[in-house]
Amino acid sequence: MSILVNKDTKLICQGFTGSQGTIHSQHALDYGTQLVGGVTPGKKGWKHLGLPVFNTVAEAIAETGANASMIYVPAPACKDSIIEAIDAGIKVIVCITEGIPSLDMLYVKAYLKNFPSTYLIGPNCPGIITPAQCKIGIMPGYIHQPGRIGIVSRSGTLTYEAVKQTSDLNLGQSTCVGIGGDSIPGMSFIDVLTLFEQDPDTVAILMVGEIGGTAEEEAAQFIYEQVTKPVIAYVAGVTAPIGKRMGHAGAIISGGKGTAAGKFKALEEAGVYTVRSPADMGQAVASAIAVV
Amino acid sequence: MNLHEYQAKILLNEYGLTVPVGQVAESVTEALAIARQLGGSAWMVKAQIHAGGRGKAGGVRYVTSEEELAQAVNALLGKALITYQTDMRGQKVQKVLIAAPCDIKRELYLSMLLDRASGKIVIMTSTEGGVEIEDVASHTPEKIIKITLDPLLGALPYQARALGFQLNLDTEQIKEFTRFVLGLAQAFIAYDFSLVEINPLIIDQADRLVCLDAKVVIDDNALFRQPKLRAMRDSTQEDDRENRAHAWELNYIALDGNIGCMVNGAGLAMATMDLIKLHGGHPANFLDVGGGATQERVTEAFKIILSDAQVKGVLVNIFGGIVRCDMIADGVIGAVKEAGISVPVVVRLEGNNSDLAAEKLRDSGLNIIASSGLTDAARKIVASVAENA
Repeated sequence: MSILVNKDTKLICQGFTGSQGTIHSQHALDYGTQLVGGVTPGKKGWKHLGLPVFNTVAEAIAETGANASMIYVPAPACKDSIIEAIDAGIKVIVCITEGIPSLDMLYVKAYLKNFPSTYLIGPNCPGIITPAQCKIGIMPGYIHQPGRIGIVSRSGTLTYEAVKQTSDLNLGQSTCVGIGGDSIPGMSFIDVLTLFEQDPDTVAILMVGEIGGTAEEEAAQFIYEQVTKPVIAYVAGVTAPIGKRMGHAGAIISGGKGTAAGKFKALEEAGVYTVRSPADMGQAVASAIAVV
Repeated sequence: MNLHEYQAKILLNEYGLTVPVGQVAESVTEALAIARQLGGSAWMVKAQIHAGGRGKAGGVRYVTSEEELAQAVNALLGKALITYQTDMRGQKVQKVLIAAPCDIKRELYLSMLLDRASGKIVIMTSTEGGVEIEDVASHTPEKIIKITLDPLLGALPYQARALGFQLNLDTEQIKEFTRFVLGLAQAFIAYDFSLVEINPLIIDQADRLVCLDAKVVIDDNALFRQPKLRAMRDSTQEDDRENRAHAWELNYIALDGNIGCMVNGAGLAMATMDLIKLHGGHPANFLDVGGGATQERVTEAFKIILSDAQVKGVLVNIFGGIVRCDMIADGVIGAVKEAGISVPVVVRLEGNNSDLAAEKLRDSGLNIIASSGLTDAARKIVASVAENA
């Protein structure tokens, strides 16, 4: 099985005819994702990659039955694009774009509360993939393998490491969710863990965290109270200096909070298997499952 | 992006918050002119740097004569001020704020920031102003009052009043405090603040509320829509190498070790630094070369990393998802040649055509060591650097 997306997911692309939208829509199609069209205001009636272009998300849904959207729109326009998708009834929105103002995300999150069955993944993320079924985002499809490990991560390429390691060990992945590197993301670790816990085909969960904020600590509490499946975690940034933004908008240790050490401690106290080297993620998952 | 105290005060003043009368000076002459314009016979001289702890470091002086003023300004301008919040080199003082002094009756604390956990704007206030809020948080946390604002509503008068009552303000002071809080929230939203801290927010002898100091951090992601704030950027307060990297769309942060790193992806870059440390090495920097590991960007990245004289070796760790590894290898080889690199370079490439890439690196004739995986790469770079020590 999987969470959130599968072979039946009908995907549209917002920002379809832009350069990023085009490249990643083509890759989605190559992977076998059910991409059914896209939105670029003003280009209704065009055909792009053999698919219809629409002026609005609502129109796209009416014509194609789309239920998911990937957003490749410049940062200044993302709040607008996300809310358009929410209002139109898209259920899984994946926003890849980096650089969205925090206040915009604050508004989006406040607005999302009115739509409890709508999921926003990202922004500033690689996307979500259910191997061999549906690829939404910029991740390289070929490193993935259908399988039983749920992966949830704040990173991009570091997630690919986790994927490759679990594929090389023939564990495969049920679904991989990149929640992104921003301070105010859509889905949190807890939101994704909740779904993995409920997914019959996910037998273990690999969490990839990093410095900044308290998402890992909150997830640790949630895991302790509500997750029965084995959870393995790696946290990047043990050597990160205080007060510096390490690439991701959300990767900053401030006021003594958000250190990798603090996150490892919270996770370990919650019974999570942790690894200190990024090279050990796959093996730790294999060992954790063997024990179960 | 950080703002100076004097810039923060300008923005707050626009939204109705009272700040001490004053102006920045870049020379003793300017400072004296400002002091004369202010009148009186006592002034505050405040070094303008992007760091706190200025008071304890002698960066904030109360002077009672023009001679003292000139001396103070002379002592500060053009020199690095080292505070407990700066590194060993301190921050260069290019400007000093000359302001009228205030008669302080009470010192309060007021700040607003984005709270990641709740996704809301948080207002923090305390009767314990004029001290480090982190100390208050650890010793007397009950003295910090927090409320959250719904971003769609902003601050409401009842919220400001409730805070005012908890601060034991009198009726008139609460009215003023309410104006301040509402204005602050409006400024926060209008100017895309990540953080604003007024410490202390004083009540003077005439019972007026005044922002004696102000610190503002602007959300970098919002600068595209804040032209006035972009113009306030002071890059002299920022690290040269970080700025240079930024111009090339590279993300660079200097650390104090001797093994340079070049990686694609912030999470993987942090993991690579950690990996080096785990294997007994000391990372010299964080560098995210981002999505396009072209020969040009890789060359520039090498140059920036090697501009740090402490660097004795470089680990290049690239997960080439869609991009082909052999093309990245070409880029690395070209870059090593162009930048004239003589220290050992260990390269770990993962992804499409990684075997072909490793072959190219081995056949390059340069001091480039191909590696087969993360652990192998870390061991090799630590060993090479130790060998050449």
